[in-house]
Amino acid sequence: MRDTPQPLLDVTALKTVFHTRSGDVHAVNEVSFDIAPGELVGVVGESGSGKSVTMMSLMGLLPKSAEISGGEVLFQGRNVRGMDRNDLLAFRGRDVGVVFQDPMTSLNPVFNVGYQITDRLRKYMGLSRADARKRAAELLALVGIPDPEQRLRDYPHQFSGGMRQRVMIAIALACDPKLLIADEPTTALDVTIQAQILELVRELRQKLDMGIIWITHDLGVVAGIADRVLVMYGGQIVEQGPVAELFANPQHPYTRALLETLPSVTEERSERLRTIEGQPPSLNAAPSSCSFAPRCRHAFDRCLRENPTRIDVGPRHDAACWWDPATGGPRNV
Amino acid sequence: MFAFTIRRLLISIPTLLAISFIVFAILDLAPSDPTGNLPLTIPPEVRQQIRDSLGLDEPFPVRYALWLKQFFINEPLNLIEGWTGWQFGDGDRLRVTSWATRSPVVDLIIERLPQTLWVVGMSQVVAVIIAVPIGVISAYKQYSWFDQIGTFVSMVGFSIPTFFTGLVFIVFFSVQLQWFPSIYDTNHEVTDWDSFVFQIKQMIMPTMVLALATAAQLSRYMRASMLDNLQQDYVRTARSKGLTERVVVTIHVLRNSMIPVVTVIALNIPTIFGGAIITEQIFRVNGIGQLLIIGIQGADIPLVQTLTFIFAVLIVLFNLIADVLYGILDPRIRYE
Ligand SMILES: Nc1ncnc2c1ncn2[C@@H]1O[C@H](COP(=O)(O)OP(=O)(O)O)[C@@H](O)[C@H]1O
Ligand code: SF4
Ligand SMILES: [Mg+2]
Repeated sequence: MRDTPQPLLDVTALKTVFHTRSGDVHAVNEVSFDIAPGELVGVVGESGSGKSVTMMSLMGLLPKSAEISGGEVLFQGRNVRGMDRNDLLAFRGRDVGVVFQDPMTSLNPVFNVGYQITDRLRKYMGLSRADARKRAAELLALVGIPDPEQRLRDYPHQFSGGMRQRVMIAIALACDPKLLIADEPTTALDVTIQAQILELVRELRQKLDMGIIWITHDLGVVAGIADRVLVMYGGQIVEQGPVAELFANPQHPYTRALLETLPSVTEERSERLRTIEGQPPSLNAAPSSCSFAPRCRHAFDRCLRENPTRIDVGPRHDAACWWDPATGGPRNV
Repeated sequence: MFAFTIRRLLISIPTLLAISFIVFAILDLAPSDPTGNLPLTIPPEVRQQIRDSLGLDEPFPVRYALWLKQFFINEPLNLIEGWTGWQFGDGDRLRVTSWATRSPVVDLIIERLPQTLWVVGMSQVVAVIIAVPIGVISAYKQYSWFDQIGTFVSMVGFSIPTFFTGLVFIVFFSVQLQWFPSIYDTNHEVTDWDSFVFQIKQMIMPTMVLALATAAQLSRYMRASMLDNLQQDYVRTARSKGLTERVVVTIHVLRNSMIPVVTVIALNIPTIFGGAIITEQIFRVNGIGQLLIIGIQGADIPLVQTLTFIFAVLIVLFNLIADVLYGILDPRIRYE
């Protein structure tokens, strides 16, 4: 799929910096990736690794304190960063749908759910009030909400957490987006609901033709649904590859550590809480050495001198690491 | 919501009874004599007759009960008769009577109320019209020069008392520029365009003095509420839907931010009546504020009791209105 002539989304060397009172925060550092039409790409990485900021950067939805200091975002060949106001609004409204992490706070509490779906439909699908309500009800049905016509009149607080996340998905899908960005959509939900939402997304993939970016800090979730995985650390993509290849042949010590923290089938649930030792990297400056070095058990002198570039390590598989797990020694590059 | 309103109305009855008792009792303790202002030549027997006719030597509970009956039964019946033309009984009821003028207190108040309502009502409308946009822009452009100036001006407006702004207004707009009359002509009647313009002109200064004081405070609430809401996750959702900033701010954020502000406005209105007392003195508006001052100066206890109690009723009423509005504006609030 990745070999189709034009990727849906093509991000090159994206850099985002927050200017804060206590100095700059380099949240996204030279991030490059692409998404093919219809592809589901999982993005994993611990909290603070820059997953959300990367996505908000390419949507142009950053807070005022943030600045995109470099890079290029192409959506179907169109330069998103160069778009004027109206094109950017239409890009957000029509081409992309976003589902955020916390369904409890992501919906507006004082408008009913129908309004929150139809305002987008009326603006970007040019529907009349009646047609927009009809489509909104269809969308609620599509995401598995019973009694859709009745529920359009309900306010967010009248839905359970899982149902609200379904509403969020309905809003995201409203204008038939070509790209769906789901930013940890199940993190705030409990395990059974999480499984239901994952099942829903699997179904939706069959019905709708869209690229999906699925952000999570749970590699286990990615294994179940993604075609390809990006691993982020310290605002960089440290490894990237097709899901089976990456799980079978992880190259970066961080990915390997993440995989070790995955519970095996026989382990108790509490084992899930095992984490990788050490602190996340400071983002005060753009990285000049490997950001993972302080926590890496394979670090050697080159790691502190030079930030590793992404090196091809297998079929459509690359990793940003100077160390070669095959030999247990430095890579020959 | 309806059941809640009814229940709250019922609860306010004992509240108001308790307040009426306190108001009556405290003012009753005041050492004052309705015959005190009469000429010294009036003989003591006549004074005693006057006191008897006013029922002043009855024991306290009897006088309180009488006042309650007059205020809660006789006066409402009178009003209803006046409005509907119906007749209850022979219509000959004892009324709460002013010691100073000997006319029924309620008639005095009804005569004065429209002036106060106009000034207070208009000032609230103007205050909201000024405060809401300022609060919205200040919050949206936090720390911009607009916000800094807004903060400074509202701090000044908040700390300067209305009697001072009132005098400054008179000196500047009446004396220097001669734009507006400094004294409110209460006998003025609106009959044509010119007299309407005159009415507007004479209302501008008292209204603006109250409006600016209220707007200073209200714009701060508005700003704080907007800032609070602008950081909420639902704002990011609205933006991610491709809505314009105008729609995001003036529909999604404003609608949420108005909830606490509307409550503050409602709770604030009785206080404005208090502020009107001073403003009415300065501009010689003969509203109920001025009436209260006259009553206090003339030791007209029934007048002061009634007016004080009416202020208490306003506070209770607007508390109720605030609660009901909250329930209407915020779908999450459901009064069972
Ligand atoms: N508004 C902000 N101001 C300053 N720093 C921020 C802001 N938002 C995010 N960051 C920083 O950017 C980094 C990446 O954050 P984020 O993308 O949210 O991580 P995650 O991978 O958990 O989604 C974090 O170190 C965070 O501290
Ligand atoms: S580059 Fe060096 S420090 Fe960084 S992950 Fe690889 S081995 Fe570890
Ligand atoms: Mg995040």
